[in-house]
Amino acid sequence: MATFSPGTELELAELISSAPGPYKIDGLNSKQRLGRHTSITHRLDLNKFSGITAYEPEELVLEAGAATPLAEILAALGDTNQMLAFEPPDFGMILGSNSHGSLGGLLNVGFSGPRRIKAGAVRDHVLGVRGVTGRGEIFKAGARVVKNVTGYDMPKLMAGSFGTLAALTSVTFKVLPRPETEVTVQVLGANDQDAMLVMAQAMQSSCEVSGAAHVPGLGTLLRLEGIASSVQARCGRLVQLQEKPCDVLDQAASRQMWQRIRDCQILRLSADDVLWRLSVPPVLGAATMARISKYAPCTYYFDWAGGLIWAALPFANDGHAGTIRNAVSEGHAFLFKASDAVRATVPVFHPQPHGLNRLSDRIKQAFDPDGKLNPGRMYLEN
Amino acid sequence: MLKMPLPDQAIMARRVEIATALREMVPRENVVDGERSLKVYESDGLTMYRQPPLLVVLPETTAQVSAILSYCHREGIKIVPRGAGTSLSGGALPLADGIVMGMAKFNKIIDVDFGNRCAVVQPGVTNLAITKAVEHLGFYYAPDPSSQIACTIGGNVAENSGGVHCLKYGLTTNNILGLECVLPTGEIIRLGGKHLDSDGYDLMGILTGSEGLLAVITEVTVRILQKPETARALLIGFPSSEDAGQCVADVISEGIIPGGMEMMDRPAIHAAEDFVHADYPRDVEALLIVELDGPAVEVDDLVERVAGIARRNNSANLRISNSEAERLLFWAGRKAAFPAVGRISPDYVCMDGTIPRKRLPEVLRGMAELSRKYQLRVANVFHAGDGNLHPLILFDANAEGETERAESFGADILRLCVKVGGVLTGEHGVGVEKRDLMPAMFSETDLAVQQRVKCAFDGKGLLNPGKVFPLLHACAELGRMKVHKGQLAFPDLPRF
Repeated sequence: MATFSPGTELELAELISSAPGPYKIDGLNSKQRLGRHTSITHRLDLNKFSGITAYEPEELVLEAGAATPLAEILAALGDTNQMLAFEPPDFGMILGSNSHGSLGGLLNVGFSGPRRIKAGAVRDHVLGVRGVTGRGEIFKAGARVVKNVTGYDMPKLMAGSFGTLAALTSVTFKVLPRPETEVTVQVLGANDQDAMLVMAQAMQSSCEVSGAAHVPGLGTLLRLEGIASSVQARCGRLVQLQEKPCDVLDQAASRQMWQRIRDCQILRLSADDVLWRLSVPPVLGAATMARISKYAPCTYYFDWAGGLIWAALPFANDGHAGTIRNAVSEGHAFLFKASDAVRATVPVFHPQPHGLNRLSDRIKQAFDPDGKLNPGRMYLEN
Repeated sequence: MLKMPLPDQAIMARRVEIATALREMVPRENVVDGERSLKVYESDGLTMYRQPPLLVVLPETTAQVSAILSYCHREGIKIVPRGAGTSLSGGALPLADGIVMGMAKFNKIIDVDFGNRCAVVQPGVTNLAITKAVEHLGFYYAPDPSSQIACTIGGNVAENSGGVHCLKYGLTTNNILGLECVLPTGEIIRLGGKHLDSDGYDLMGILTGSEGLLAVITEVTVRILQKPETARALLIGFPSSEDAGQCVADVISEGIIPGGMEMMDRPAIHAAEDFVHADYPRDVEALLIVELDGPAVEVDDLVERVAGIARRNNSANLRISNSEAERLLFWAGRKAAFPAVGRISPDYVCMDGTIPRKRLPEVLRGMAELSRKYQLRVANVFHAGDGNLHPLILFDANAEGETERAESFGADILRLCVKVGGVLTGEHGVGVEKRDLMPAMFSETDLAVQQRVKCAFDGKGLLNPGKVFPLLHACAELGRMKVHKGQLAFPDLPRF
C-alpha cells in the first residue's frame, strides 16, 4: 500500500491528474469502515490540509482545512459559545477508531445528530468547499457568507459523497450560538407505537423540541434548549402535555444522554453484530421496526422523532439486507457497520431506482470520469 | 446590453408544426400561440428585458411534462420553465426559439401531513397558499420571499428563494424534504420524500437553486413548522451605519439569532416614510428592525437584551412593539420599501449581493462614490442578519443612456460585493442579470465544474439556455478541457 501526502493543492492536483490511481481518500482514518469495502491500495492522505483558516464568530462562519480534527473545531467554537448546529456525531468508538474524525470527513459522510430535526443536517450548514476533482482540477464552490445562491449549490453535492467526487482541501461551515442551557423530559412507559405519538405531539407543540428519541426500556426523551427562563417555561408545558409519568433530566444528565444517543452508544453491540441506520417518515418508525423484529432478533432505538432508527442484528452473511430493506416502505436503509466481507458484497447504500442510479453515475463521471477517487465506495459500479 | 444565444431559425420556421404536436400532448387550449397572448409571457419580474417566446405550453400532469420534454429532446427544442414569473433576475425570460413551459396548472395541495410535519404540493401552488393550508393547526411554511402572495413553490425551489426570516429559518433548500422532477429526456425522478435524509448524492440540493437549468419540478414536499408562540420587534435608529452594523454584530455575538433583522439607509427610510407613514425617524442614517420570536418569556428577555446592545451602540431612537398592531406598523415601511422607491423614481432596479456584514460601512461608502460617478441615486435595504444587501438603483428608462448607466452601476456594486469577500446574489438568482458577472466570482475551472453537472442532467443543453453561465460550452468540449497544473487552459470561446 502506497501513501501519498500532498502538501499543496497543486501537488494534489498533479498527483491526481498524472497517475491512474485509484486513490482511497483519507484524513484521520476514523471513517474508513463506513461505506462499501473496497480494495484500493493507494492511500491519498490529506492531513496536510489541516487547521482553522478563518473563524469569524460575528459573521457565523468558520473555514478550515478539510483534515482539521473535529475536536479542534469544537474547542474553538466552544471558546465563543458557538456550535455546529447539526450536532456532529462521533462514531469513533462504534467504528473501532480512536479518532473523532475531521471536518472534511464529517461533510463527506453527511451524518447529522439529534438536533437535525430542528436545526437541519450537515448539508444545510456547509457554505463552501475547495478541492480537486478526479480530473485533477482545483476548484472552489460556494463562498464564505451565510446567504448565497450564486451558481449551483455544489457544496451540498459534497455532503454524503464519500470522497467519490473530489478530494476536498478546505470547507466552510455556518456556525450558530450554542444554547445557554438544556433539559430533557423523560416520558416513562410508552411502547414504540405510543412513543411515536408522544414525539409527534411534542414536535407539533410550540415547545421547540430540539431532540426527540425513544429508547425501549429507557423511555421517550424530549430535549429543550435555550435561555433558562424559556427552557423552564417550555418544560412545564411539555410535562403538562404528557399523560404518562415523566422525569426531568437536568443539564448535565441531559447532555450526557444526548451524547450517547448521538454517537449510538446507547446500544450494546457484540463484535460481529451488524448495525443499520434507517431514515423513514417519522410516524412510520415503530411500524417499520415492528416489521423487522418479526424476522430477526434485534436491539434498536429511535431518534429524530421516530424518523431515524438504529438497529443492531446478529451477524448474517447478507447482513439481513433483504429483511431490512423490505421493511422500509418509504425512506432508506444504510448498512452502517458490518465486516469488510459483508460490506464488499451487500449494497451498503440503499439501492436506487434505475433512472436515479444512472443520473448519479453521470454526476460521478462529471467529476471523476476515470474513477480515480474512492471508486466503488458508494455503489459497486462507480 | 444583454445578448442571448442566437435563435435557431430552423426551429422558428417549424412553429406551427410544433404547436400542432404539443396539442396532441395537452388539451388544445393549453398551447398558447396567439401574438397578444404570448406577450403576457415576454418578461418576468426583471422587466427591463423582454422577448416573446416561440410558444407557451401549460401541462397539467407529470406525464404531460414528460411527454413534452421527451418530444423537445428528440427535436432539439429549447424549454424555459416558468412558475408565476416573479423572478427578479430574468430566470424565466423567454427565448425566441424556445417554448415556455408554464406550471400554473399544477396548483393542487396533494397532502398535508401534520404527523410528519410536511406537505406535498404541486409546483404551481403559491408560497403563501401553503401556509394558508396549514395555519388552522398553528403551522406555517417558513421561507417568505416578499412576492409570497404570487410566487410559486416550484419557482422558489428553482431559485432557492429566501425572505426576511431566513437567518433563523433557512432558505428554501433548508425547508424541503422531497422533489419529483422530470429530466430533459422525459425521465421522471423522485428525490427524498417524507423522511429527513437520504443517502446517495444530494441531487435535491443541487436542483434547488438551479434556476430551471437541470429539470422541471413537478412535485415538492415541504417541511412545515409550528408558528412561534409570539413575536415582538424593536425599531432602532442610528446616527451612522457603522453604529447600526456594530449593533447587528453584537446581537449575534451575544448568541441571539433574531427571527428577522432588517436595515434601511436614509434614502430608503425617507421613501418608505413618505409612502406609508409608519412613523419612522427621518433624522437617522440607519434604521434597524429586529424581530424576536419564540416563547413569550424568551422574547421578553431577548427584547431587553437587544435594547441594551442598541443603547451601547449609540442608538438615537428606540421603540419596542407592545402590540401586534405596533409590530406590524414597524414592518409596514420595510415591506413597502420597493414600491415606496418606485414612487420616487420612474424606474428602479434591485440588486442582491451578500457581503460579510462587517464590511457594510465600506460597501456603503463605495456605493455612495459609484452613485456620484454614475449620477444615479441609490437607496439601500439590507437583510442585516445574513449580510444580504438590496441596493435599489433609481433611473429613468426613457432618459437617453440611463438604463445602461443603471446596469453598469449595478454591476460595479456586485463586483464590490465580491471584492470584499461576498457574492453576486444572496437570494434572487443569477438568471440573465448577473450571468456575465460570474467570472468575477468563479474561475473558468469553477464554472466548468458546475457546467458538467448541467451536462449530467441536460446533455443537449435544452433547458433554459442563456441563463447563469456566461460561456456557451458544448458538453463534449467540457469533457475534453485540458488540465495543466490544476487549472484549465483558457479556451478562447466566444461570449454571447
